[in-house]
Amino acid sequence: METFKKLKQFYWPYKSWLLWSLFALLFVTGITVVYPIVLQVTIDKVIIDGQYSWIPYISAIFLVLMGIKAVATYFHQYLGDYFGIKAVYTLREALYKKLQRLSFRYYDNASTGDIMSKLTADVDGFRFFLSFGFSEFIRIVLLITVSLSVMFYYSVPLALVTMAAMPFLIVVVFRFDRRVHPAFRKIRKSYGKLNTRVQENISGMNTVKSLSREDFEVERFLNRSDHYRQTYIATSNIWAKFFPLMEFIGNVCVVALLAFGGYLVTTGELQLGELVAFFSLVWYILGPLMNFGFVINLFSQSKASGERLLSILEEDEDIINAPSAKENKLKGSVSFRDVTLTYPGEEERALSHITFDAPAGTTVGLIGATGSGKTSLTQVLTRFYEPESGQVYVDGKPVEEYDLQQLRRNIGFVLQESFLFSTTIKENIAYGNPLATESEIIDSSKRAQAHEFIMDTPYGYDTLLGERGMGLSGGQKQRIAIARAILVDPAVLILDDATSAVDMDTEFKIQMALKEVMSGRTTFIIAHRISSLKHADEILVLENGEIAERGKHEELLTNGGIYQRIYDIQYKDKEKIMKTSPR
Amino acid sequence: MARNKKHLERFQYTEDNAIEKPFNWTQLLRLLKYVRPYTKTLLPIAIVAMLVSTLVRMFVPVIIGRVAFDVAIADENIRLLVWIVIGISVMYLFNYVGNLLRIKYVNILGQNVIYDLRQHLFSHVQRLSHRFFDTKSAGSILVRIMNDINSLQELFTNGIINVLMDIVLLSGIIVLLFALSPKLALAVLIIIPIMFYISTKLRRNIRRSWQTVRIEQSKLNSHLNESLQGMRITQAFAQENENAEYFEGINTTNFQAWNDASRKSAMFRPFVEMSNAVGTVILLAYGAHLILAGDITIGTFVSFSFFLGMFWEPISRLGQMYNQLLMAMAASERIFEFLDEQPNVKEKENAVEIMDMKGHIEFDRVQFAYDDKRIAIPDLSLEMKQGETVALVGHTGSGKSTIANLISRFYDPTEGRVKIDGIDLQDATIESVRSQISVVLQDTFVFSGTIMENIRFGRPDAEDEEVKEAAKVVGADDFIERLPEGYFTEVEERGNILSAGERQLLSFARALLADPRILILDEATSSIDTETEMRIQEALNKLLEGRTAIMIAHRLSTIREADRIFVLQDGKILENGSHEELMEREGEYYELVKSQFQMLDAI
Repeated sequence: METFKKLKQFYWPYKSWLLWSLFALLFVTGITVVYPIVLQVTIDKVIIDGQYSWIPYISAIFLVLMGIKAVATYFHQYLGDYFGIKAVYTLREALYKKLQRLSFRYYDNASTGDIMSKLTADVDGFRFFLSFGFSEFIRIVLLITVSLSVMFYYSVPLALVTMAAMPFLIVVVFRFDRRVHPAFRKIRKSYGKLNTRVQENISGMNTVKSLSREDFEVERFLNRSDHYRQTYIATSNIWAKFFPLMEFIGNVCVVALLAFGGYLVTTGELQLGELVAFFSLVWYILGPLMNFGFVINLFSQSKASGERLLSILEEDEDIINAPSAKENKLKGSVSFRDVTLTYPGEEERALSHITFDAPAGTTVGLIGATGSGKTSLTQVLTRFYEPESGQVYVDGKPVEEYDLQQLRRNIGFVLQESFLFSTTIKENIAYGNPLATESEIIDSSKRAQAHEFIMDTPYGYDTLLGERGMGLSGGQKQRIAIARAILVDPAVLILDDATSAVDMDTEFKIQMALKEVMSGRTTFIIAHRISSLKHADEILVLENGEIAERGKHEELLTNGGIYQRIYDIQYKDKEKIMKTSPR
Repeated sequence: MARNKKHLERFQYTEDNAIEKPFNWTQLLRLLKYVRPYTKTLLPIAIVAMLVSTLVRMFVPVIIGRVAFDVAIADENIRLLVWIVIGISVMYLFNYVGNLLRIKYVNILGQNVIYDLRQHLFSHVQRLSHRFFDTKSAGSILVRIMNDINSLQELFTNGIINVLMDIVLLSGIIVLLFALSPKLALAVLIIIPIMFYISTKLRRNIRRSWQTVRIEQSKLNSHLNESLQGMRITQAFAQENENAEYFEGINTTNFQAWNDASRKSAMFRPFVEMSNAVGTVILLAYGAHLILAGDITIGTFVSFSFFLGMFWEPISRLGQMYNQLLMAMAASERIFEFLDEQPNVKEKENAVEIMDMKGHIEFDRVQFAYDDKRIAIPDLSLEMKQGETVALVGHTGSGKSTIANLISRFYDPTEGRVKIDGIDLQDATIESVRSQISVVLQDTFVFSGTIMENIRFGRPDAEDEEVKEAAKVVGADDFIERLPEGYFTEVEERGNILSAGERQLLSFARALLADPRILILDEATSSIDTETEMRIQEALNKLLEGRTAIMIAHRLSTIREADRIFVLQDGKILENGSHEELMEREGEYYELVKSQFQMLDAI
């Protein structure tokens, strides 16, 4: 109940739809039970007692009542559905906005598949309960109560005899539900595994073919496919065991009804029409009863779904946006003072006592082995992570004092993995600056050396990218990502290994262009190749989260440190190769 | 406002799969072929079981009405009543057993057919050539093998039997009604066409609106999925609010589609109930009239009232089956499209096995075109000697990868011959060629599973020790031992446990384990730190020992150590020779090397 209370804000505003739906339900259930009564009256009064003049009236009343029922059914169902979908609309909106605000820290530990299943299956489970489950529960209770009342009104002993089989049915229904739901989960799980198997096979098809492991793959696939088949058949065997049994118990009721009811009619304690009515009434009780387990289960499932949704909605937002100043355009000077960062759940520090100054207009190069803290350093600057101690300043002010959005709008980021969205190339480049004009977009593409290959795609800048769109090579994606970062006209540009998949010629051209664009602004370059950052005003060589060396290229070349070692490895070729050349 | 509108269109998700297609006999027959293996075993059991339970359901109302009511109860014959009760009980017992067997065998049948179909499709796709995978996205292939086949599940499980059952039930009831009273039957049966109309026409309308919901829903999900994956980019570019506006747009569209579909669906039940009500009124009025006229008995009247409630179920199910069938048409069309795809590298009838490959490669006036427009290689002849390390150098599109693909016979040349050990590849079995050639790709794929399993992929029957040995030789055991569970650490496709360099070493170990005679190496220019790059170079030297190697190389250090370098342009060889020879010559290669070093000095 706690769960539903916490989620109240999403559905309670629409409660009037639910209430009207339930109001309509009263009519639906009431009139349903009219059919057997009409049957009884027709047989007992009209046929046996010979009141044939009643026929037109009975027919008319019946038709009118059924008309009312039809209308009520419509409103009951539609209003109930509306209640659910309206609530889900609001809930989705809230979830989406929340997800936009959650920090990198959250996404580091959450898998996309997990969140997706919350956003789809759990949201849908919750909707189904709101739209259907709750009112179905009420419908079942109502229908059983009303039908039982009518039965007891007609004949108490017959009602009791008919009901004798009910406890058995209830036991069977609950045992069935207890077994069938875990079984369904197993099917879903098995299907998921089969899906992963096939997906990996297709994504890794080049690897499969290059080692010619097709048969091996077919075997692995069949293994999973067979598991799915077996799981499915096991589940359907549960159905085969319980469903006919439920129907059989119901049929036993019918037989009991026929035997005892028939006897009562012969002794004159029951009228023939009443017996006929019983045959209908008994299914009004048995049917809903068979569904009861399903509805109860729906409730517990939607409760679990609700809890999972709350786990997103109640997640801590650890980056607090409390701006004390509103500055539109930054200049781009960056200072770190004794900054230390440890990721949650990790023992070693990602950054340790980092201090440096980068005045506006300078270029900082970051080099070091994988995991040495290069990326972490830049992500503290944009407040993707909050340092545990120390302070980061931009234009002399602590970063926390800026409006988060404003701060990030002034920083152009090219992340290591160049993610592009399912939209046109144009929209992708304009992602950070949706108001950019066509010529601005083309200009930044040219600078990122992307214009030429973009013009070679089927629709130029209007070519669709993404899942169903065109596939680009790694280098092409990186160049679009660079164009995207340039287009926001940033005060600080961060290139995190941004040209690793671009060939050396092109990288050279990009660097020349960036030099021009970034004059007067601050640039951070993370790279493995000396050639990418040797021109930096200051190079920070990182090792295990600390600055091991710093200085200009020429200074670092002679101190016998890490940088010189990297240089030697990369440049030893030069002497060797050129030695053979007659230059 | 203009700004708002812009954000509503910032992403584009397309739904390119038709959900249903018109009915098509040849296609249905082709589908039904998959049932054939079971027509003598599972299918007859299911049909008999179905017939038993259907007959019980059909005759019980008649027995209750005509025998129990008209004879036993009317004549106060308790003995007969007892016999009837016993008889019906036994019939219900049969019904129970029939239902049980039907559900059981129908599912076994359906799952077997689905299993067979999926196996057929998957194995077929495995055999298809590179060209096929070049033109199809991974997602669209996955959808065929998983979703499209699953959408046939219902058809093969309950579909076939249910159609039979419903037809038997419906026609049986109609026959019985006419047998009981032709006049009343005729009057009551007016509702059947009405019901059919509702079940098909109205339902089609409703179905279409649910399709819209499904399409909108899948767009919404695509966006959610993508926005989660791109969340870092979104936050880096501070586009949270703009995206929220976009989301509000699709969320609203989605809501409207749901609303529309709900409203239409809600009409369905009222219509069904009204048609039932009409039937009931006819029964009441005309039935009472017939009883009065002495045409029918009360028992007949009661039987009719039972049957009236039984019409809807089969009609409704038949309508649903028709929908299922249309969807199955769309799904099977897509499945057959794949099954009809022929691998473009075909094996000859009398293909020979290349035993103990030496690794001598020859291109004899080879021409190759990916399609009519693009000739990748106009006319190429070259020779690579056994044990030689050859580097292919050239810009993107110069034909380096094409040469590699022709050697491992992922494609056949359009003209000329590629020979290994003097045997034309087109005369050899694909298996014998590929099993002795390994390709190490730049984007090494890591399968989910342990490190051990990933390396073993190179040779599935290798012992644990052999796997470790291979890892040791290429120098991968260092980082593997440092992982939390060593060789048994679970890795995933997207898992970031391994860096790019580590993945590369892993694929070397894989290739070494496969122990190929010819090794093709597609070298990556990726983000590998310098120390790791050194390790990779060392590993490479180990890997190349005693094999013919073709390297598509970018790093000068790798190229320089090759025995021979081919400089390619537009599918033609401009120069070939060793590093020293080519530098001496001061041709294309020399220019290439020089420009790379100029760049290093420029900035």
